Amino acid sequence: MSLLSFNLPLAVLLPFAAAPLAAWVTRYNRLASAWVAGLTTLLTLAVLFPSMQAVFAGETLIQQWAWLPDIGFNLAFRLDGLALLFALLILLIGLLIIFYARYYLSTKDSMGRFYAYMLMFMGSMLGIVLSENLLQLVVFWELTSITSFLLISYWQHRQDARQGARMALAITGAGGLALLGGVLLLGHIVGSYELTQVLASGDLIREHDLYLPALLLILLGVFTKSAQFPFHFWLPHAMAAPTPVSAYLHSATMVKAGIFLLARFFPALSGTPEWSWLVGTAGMLTLLIGAYVALFKHDLKGLLAYSTLSHLGLITLLFGFGSQMALVAAIFHIINHATFKGSLFMVAGIIDHESGTRDMRKLNGLFKMMPHTAMLAMVAAAAMAGVPLLNGFLSKEMFFEQAISASDTTLAAWTIPALVTLAAIFSVAYSLRFIHDVFFNGEPIDLPKTPHEPPRFMKIPVDILVVLCLIVGVAPMLLIGPILSVAVASSLQAPAPEFSLAIWHGFNLPLMMSFIALVLGVGVYTIRHRLFAWHDRCLHGIDGKAVFDWLLWKTIRFSKKITNYFDQTTLQPAVTWVIGGALVLSTATFFQFNSPLLGDRALMEADVITILMALMLIVASLLTAALHHQRLVSLITIGVVGLVVALGFVKFSAPDLALTQLSVEVVTIVLLLLALFFLPQHTPQERSYIRFSRDAIISIAAAGAVFMLTMAVLSREYSSIANFFIENAKPGGGGSNVVNVILVDFRGFDTLGEIVVLALAGLGVFAMLEGLKLTAPAKDIDGLTWSHDPHPPIMQTLTRLLFPLMLMVAAFIFLRGHNLPGGGFIAGLIASVALISQYLANGIDWTNDRLRIDMHRLLWIGLMIATGTGVVSMLLGYPFLTSAFTYLTWPVVGKFEVASAIAFDLGVFLVVVGATVMILVELGKLSHAAHFTNVEDNK
Amino acid sequence: MEWLIASVISVMTGCGVYLTLRARTFPVVLGLTLLAYAVNVFLFSMGRLQIGIPAVIDPAAADYTDPLPQALVLTAIVIAFGMTAFLIVLALKARSELGNDHVDGLHRSEDELKATKHATKTETERSPS
Repeated sequence: MSLLSFNLPLAVLLPFAAAPLAAWVTRYNRLASAWVAGLTTLLTLAVLFPSMQAVFAGETLIQQWAWLPDIGFNLAFRLDGLALLFALLILLIGLLIIFYARYYLSTKDSMGRFYAYMLMFMGSMLGIVLSENLLQLVVFWELTSITSFLLISYWQHRQDARQGARMALAITGAGGLALLGGVLLLGHIVGSYELTQVLASGDLIREHDLYLPALLLILLGVFTKSAQFPFHFWLPHAMAAPTPVSAYLHSATMVKAGIFLLARFFPALSGTPEWSWLVGTAGMLTLLIGAYVALFKHDLKGLLAYSTLSHLGLITLLFGFGSQMALVAAIFHIINHATFKGSLFMVAGIIDHESGTRDMRKLNGLFKMMPHTAMLAMVAAAAMAGVPLLNGFLSKEMFFEQAISASDTTLAAWTIPALVTLAAIFSVAYSLRFIHDVFFNGEPIDLPKTPHEPPRFMKIPVDILVVLCLIVGVAPMLLIGPILSVAVASSLQAPAPEFSLAIWHGFNLPLMMSFIALVLGVGVYTIRHRLFAWHDRCLHGIDGKAVFDWLLWKTIRFSKKITNYFDQTTLQPAVTWVIGGALVLSTATFFQFNSPLLGDRALMEADVITILMALMLIVASLLTAALHHQRLVSLITIGVVGLVVALGFVKFSAPDLALTQLSVEVVTIVLLLLALFFLPQHTPQERSYIRFSRDAIISIAAAGAVFMLTMAVLSREYSSIANFFIENAKPGGGGSNVVNVILVDFRGFDTLGEIVVLALAGLGVFAMLEGLKLTAPAKDIDGLTWSHDPHPPIMQTLTRLLFPLMLMVAAFIFLRGHNLPGGGFIAGLIASVALISQYLANGIDWTNDRLRIDMHRLLWIGLMIATGTGVVSMLLGYPFLTSAFTYLTWPVVGKFEVASAIAFDLGVFLVVVGATVMILVELGKLSHAAHFTNVEDNK
Repeated sequence: MEWLIASVISVMTGCGVYLTLRARTFPVVLGLTLLAYAVNVFLFSMGRLQIGIPAVIDPAAADYTDPLPQALVLTAIVIAFGMTAFLIVLALKARSELGNDHVDGLHRSEDELKATKHATKTETERSPS
């Protein structure tokens, strides 16, 4: 198998695999985790590299494996131009961020945690862009929500970080749910979740009745992720993250995931008025709001956050235009925005790092102290403003051109160009503010630190991005042409339109708009102080966070109210709700059918002995309930119930059950007796008469309902699948005891699950009793002191004599289990009883000295044997837990049968012994210890 | 005979439910044990009542009872034991940590009661409705 057949999933999984490594190595060397992250990113690039040539040749690579084909969920990965473009953005910018963060993070921050989160986030992003299956895409989409939550809240000690992260998670997570709904609808319409088929069925989707709901849901996902109006407010609050995180999440990745989806679904969903209006309006509003608010943010990162919103709005608006050239412009701007915004965030980080603040009212005249950084910032900010010879200019020109051509067809002629020019004016103004306020404009005002140039290497990532801005701005076709062309083609699912990225298109309307924007932008900047004052006076209080918090508070209070109604933090009402609810739900179904309660199956005659036994059981049950205040008495009566049940099993053809019930009964009563030793001997009278009558009514109702249900079933004939088991037990499972064959063979997997539960119960008991201190009562229930001779010699002698005999019975029951009543469960219980009686008669110390078996190990071995038999059959090419058997003939013994199922049964046996003995002996030790301290006290 | 079994199951259920609703841990454990018996017998009886025809393959046997409910109930009995053990130890743990065997772990002292009452009261006062 060549690498090229699985390099896509490998690329997605590599960062996830490296994340724990990055977290781990930091124990030994702080910087090692940065190395791990960086090398992983390079390795991922290298893994994708061999496929690039095919993609540039216009191919779409798909690698898929069936997983749950019945519901259309396959593991499927796809690499085409669009996916490649995004993968490169994610990895290359990621690499620069990793490099930058190594210098940014202080010694107090945990590098390992940072890089582990970073890698996981990177993997999730790659998963989104490389997914062919839409359901798989949604899974990775949710993963980005979770990992970005971890990244934003990286500084866990800060409240704003926690709140910002929570808000981002709530909004993008809710959007992810909407997206899931949309994708499910899409899959329902198309009949497949494979992207290839969905993209090819654009007409089918657009004409379907469910088009609008699907579109709305998918756009909800997109808008929340890409922070489009009215979900934009989480993005500025996510700025509480460390700056490298902001630079990564808000330039190249997280918020671009929504944009990516717009590009991906473009052929399937676009081209309708609904698309244009929804996407266009959200884009336009976000563009304007972002550009406007950015000017008024005094925080450097706040300015960049709103500017990011504005640029995301710009890209969304381009998608809303819906033309092919608009798509070219959109994808081009995605690349440009990633480069200049990435570098600007890093510059903001450097300034914060070196001066200790991000407040532009304090930061002034930094040019003298950090000229290199200032130069970088100026170029990047100029690109953001759309100054000629830089990449931002080119895509902005294309954007203006599209705005003009869109206005011909859709709206009143000048509205769209006028609005986008207005946004561009503000964009120039805030870019200018970023440069002028920070680097010029007088002297700095009481900065926490004296700023100076950062370490040389911290600037390298910024250098690279800024140089890219320049190269793309001067010679656009050189670097961007090929990748843009394939990305557009794969986004359109059609050949890309002819486009030329040139600096000079002649004197035309877009150039005019750029010129107006530059001039008026400078104008707006010069009157900024008056604008600030007006803004503070009129629009200060508007904040999406307040609405969000209010909604959150309301929701939490509402759910608390409901919870409080059902759960008054006490158990009894809760149990009443559960039982009452079950009662209502189950009896309600009785009334849906109008067939008679009783069927026409012939009923059996009852014989006298059975009637007497049943009466005994009924009386014992009632006594248990009535006398529960006297705990020892009720324990004795419940023992009677258990024994009669065992007899019932004997009567009604279930010898295996009778044996199991009998041995369990013994063990249970011993267990409850041991526990009762530490509990009060009497239950106090409950005072509430209302509660008593309510409980009595519920109990009687439950009894009545169960009676009706049982009679309804027992009086009807039924068709059973039992014949299959009876016919196949001997030829298929090699045993004639059908119940045992079902347990160890036909339904062996269930049994494996059950012994795991039993083992867990044993371990749980062990864990709970660890370190438990209880005082034993000094006197018994009648006020008599305990016997001074806890181990009477007669009992000792008898149990010691009987011990081998009991074990032999267990072995006998175990061995015959496959053919006659018996088997691992019963044998295990009998062996446990044998062991426990030794502990009871001889004391724990005496027995432990002679019986050096660690019950933990027994559990472990038992589970291993049981699982092992299953694995062996898998190794031999059969399904898990397939059994085999054969007949051997030995001298003296004669012909007998050996089945691999007996090994499985041995596993069951060991687990039952291990768990039962562990539970009882641990409990016994407790009483032993309590006794011992008591005796000491008495002395 | 069916009437008899149905009565037995229903009495065990009723007593089990009643005990499960008690306020002390030990009766609750007893109640759940009784319920487990009831459920086991109920499941078992879904194979209908058959006398003298165990599901052990034998050329001489005329018929066999349904082995499937039996297999189900066999493991259910063992699991019920595991659950009872876990619960009763949980009860012991609660007794040791909280000093009483009330299911809520509380013989609430007067001031504790007052504190919770006060908290719920302010909670309801704050809501505009």
